Amino acid sequence: MASGTTTMSNDTILKVEHLSMRFGGLMAINDLSLEAKRGEITALIGPNGAGKTTVFNCITGFYKPTMGMITLNQKSGKQFLLERLADFEITKHAKVARTFQNIRLFSGLTVLENLLVAQHNKLMKASGYTILGLLGVGSYKREAAAAIEKARYWLEKADLIDRADDPAGDLSYGAQRRLEIARAMCTEPELLCLDEPAAGLNPKESLALNTLLRGIRDEGTSLLLIEHDMSVVMEISDHVVVLEYGQKISDGTPDHVKNDPKVIAAYLGVEDDEVEEVISEELEGGAR
Amino acid sequence: MTEQNFPATPGLMAKALKEGIFAGVLALGMFLLYVGIKTDQNINNELIWYPRWGLLAIFVLVAGIGRFLIVGFVAPHINQRRLAKAKAGIPEVSEDKGFFRKHFLKIALVALVLYPPVVMSIYGTQGSLKFVDNFGIQILIYVMLAWGLNVVVGLAGLLDLGYVAFYAVGAYSYALLSDLFGLSFWVLLPIAGILAAFWGIILGFPVLRLRGDYLAIVTLAFGEIIRLVLINWTDVTHGTAGISGVAKASIFGIWSFDVGASNNFAKSFGLPMSSAYYKIFLFYVILALCMLTAYVTLRLRRMPIGRAWEALREDEIACRSLGINTVMTKLTAFAIGAMFGGFAGSFFAARQGFVSPESFVFLESAVILAIVVLGGMGSLTGIAIAAIAMVGGTELLREMEFLKLIFGPDFTPELYRMLLFGLAMIAVMLFKPRGFVGSREPTAFLKERKAVSGSFTKEGHG
Repeated sequence: MASGTTTMSNDTILKVEHLSMRFGGLMAINDLSLEAKRGEITALIGPNGAGKTTVFNCITGFYKPTMGMITLNQKSGKQFLLERLADFEITKHAKVARTFQNIRLFSGLTVLENLLVAQHNKLMKASGYTILGLLGVGSYKREAAAAIEKARYWLEKADLIDRADDPAGDLSYGAQRRLEIARAMCTEPELLCLDEPAAGLNPKESLALNTLLRGIRDEGTSLLLIEHDMSVVMEISDHVVVLEYGQKISDGTPDHVKNDPKVIAAYLGVEDDEVEEVISEELEGGAR
Repeated sequence: MTEQNFPATPGLMAKALKEGIFAGVLALGMFLLYVGIKTDQNINNELIWYPRWGLLAIFVLVAGIGRFLIVGFVAPHINQRRLAKAKAGIPEVSEDKGFFRKHFLKIALVALVLYPPVVMSIYGTQGSLKFVDNFGIQILIYVMLAWGLNVVVGLAGLLDLGYVAFYAVGAYSYALLSDLFGLSFWVLLPIAGILAAFWGIILGFPVLRLRGDYLAIVTLAFGEIIRLVLINWTDVTHGTAGISGVAKASIFGIWSFDVGASNNFAKSFGLPMSSAYYKIFLFYVILALCMLTAYVTLRLRRMPIGRAWEALREDEIACRSLGINTVMTKLTAFAIGAMFGGFAGSFFAARQGFVSPESFVFLESAVILAIVVLGGMGSLTGIAIAAIAMVGGTELLREMEFLKLIFGPDFTPELYRMLLFGLAMIAVMLFKPRGFVGSREPTAFLKERKAVSGSFTKEGHG
């Protein structure tokens, strides 16, 4: 397996190999392998309970996987084995940021402060781990101003600039979703993991989200997203991975996945013994 | 005239009378056994009881007449004013603050600096002692302790019920080290702070995994452990007897306050001997320490570590997803809070000249925490006001000799201070559930600084 990581080509940003996660008697993920390409939007879809969020939690360190290897390959060529890092180190060193299915903002802090907290590690270093900053020496002032500029950039991108000084808890649901993405982007990630970013958005908001996510991809950040909203998935993703019962059932371009009989069976619920039938019919159709 | 002020609300007086009588009956029911009957032991160790109808009548009358006045006069008057304001189109909360509110902090600071000389010129050197010591120093010690605890509870959202342990560490550090090595107050003050911070980290490590109630229980236990060690390690701490004759602080070694010393402050300036000078000096020392605490806290809030504390209070998991090392963040909060507790402790030892485990019981922790919660978690101004109300209020009760005229010569107002404490807490929590100052000031802004309403901030859960 070690040879696998060293020969990993540079356009692969994330490689998950033989990942398993067991909760007591439940095998939430069973021997899952997948890859995400650099500069692409990879979508992870599947019916409820398929184990999508568990995969996310393993990648971002909130769960320690029972088995398997997760390799992150940075632009610079540095590699990190994510299953060996603590959750905060994954964001700090490996540069993987994430959002949550149920939004987790600092609701009592203002929108701007939320984005400044995200730049904690950079500012900590600039302030000499608080000591130099407290004495007023060093580059803290300059870095703090730069942090506010960075926050301003992402606020404009996320269309939140007018709400910058309001408490985050005061924003509408859609705006909170966008703020959470902007906050994750302020950590300067190479890979951004989004857990259902379009959940609860109206069509207009979901359109704006598509534009925001494409903008993020075009700036060089790769995305991995879990999504139920197929209009978002099919519209923006370059690559789709389908999970069911903790196993990968399909992998490919949106068009390929859309027509995969296994996926259709998983989503529309075909009887187990009929699955074979569906597949064979499909194969016959292809042969004709 | 009255007609205009209180437009005829038919049946208002009847309603007020009814509610007044109802309140009176309620008070009678509530206080009949508590106040109306006093139990005692006679010389044969038998239980005897006798009624106190007079006192009971006072309680009932106060409740009944109070309710009558509120319903009949106060409430209509307030409604009237609100109505008039609404008609005039003035919003309930006026936007431009008056001169006093704008410059509140400066005015308060100047008033505090001028307080000892003003009191001295009014009451004389000896007479000022009570005001400077009981009202000045006592309150400021609690302000400092509460501001220190505020870092842990108010900013980082970690419920610490054993804060008095760090106060004790600071006090004993000063008392023991000055006794053993003869070091001066100004050398030992930072050492006491560092030692307390060290204990803060020691406490911090094991409790980092705990959250909410569990954290509160462990910190409570830690406070008790320190106290029990102080009681039982008699070789070093002299147990319950405590350490007496703790060295006084000096003015940077130039002037001393020891009566026999050749560089005695009063002697050097040809003033009459009095302990008031020492107290006034201590007043300025604790004032400076308070200002240091406030300055450091305010500066830290604008630093990344301070923001991380507040973020930790809001959502710990989100913090970790942003690459913040929550372990280090919690430890620094514990250490900094403990350091201020240590400073206050060494000051306490220098002021008292005597330390014993008696001073560091759980009640002290509870009072400090109550001040933080009452003041509004995170707000320095609110906490200072709460400290004045809580500590100054109880000191004031000692002065209420005239209450004896109402409740009889046996009445000792100090005994009721805990009752009043509780009443005050309930009242504040009813009317201002987020404390005196519930809103929080943002640490950075793009266009304008808007206070964040208390309804958005969280109390923390760990």
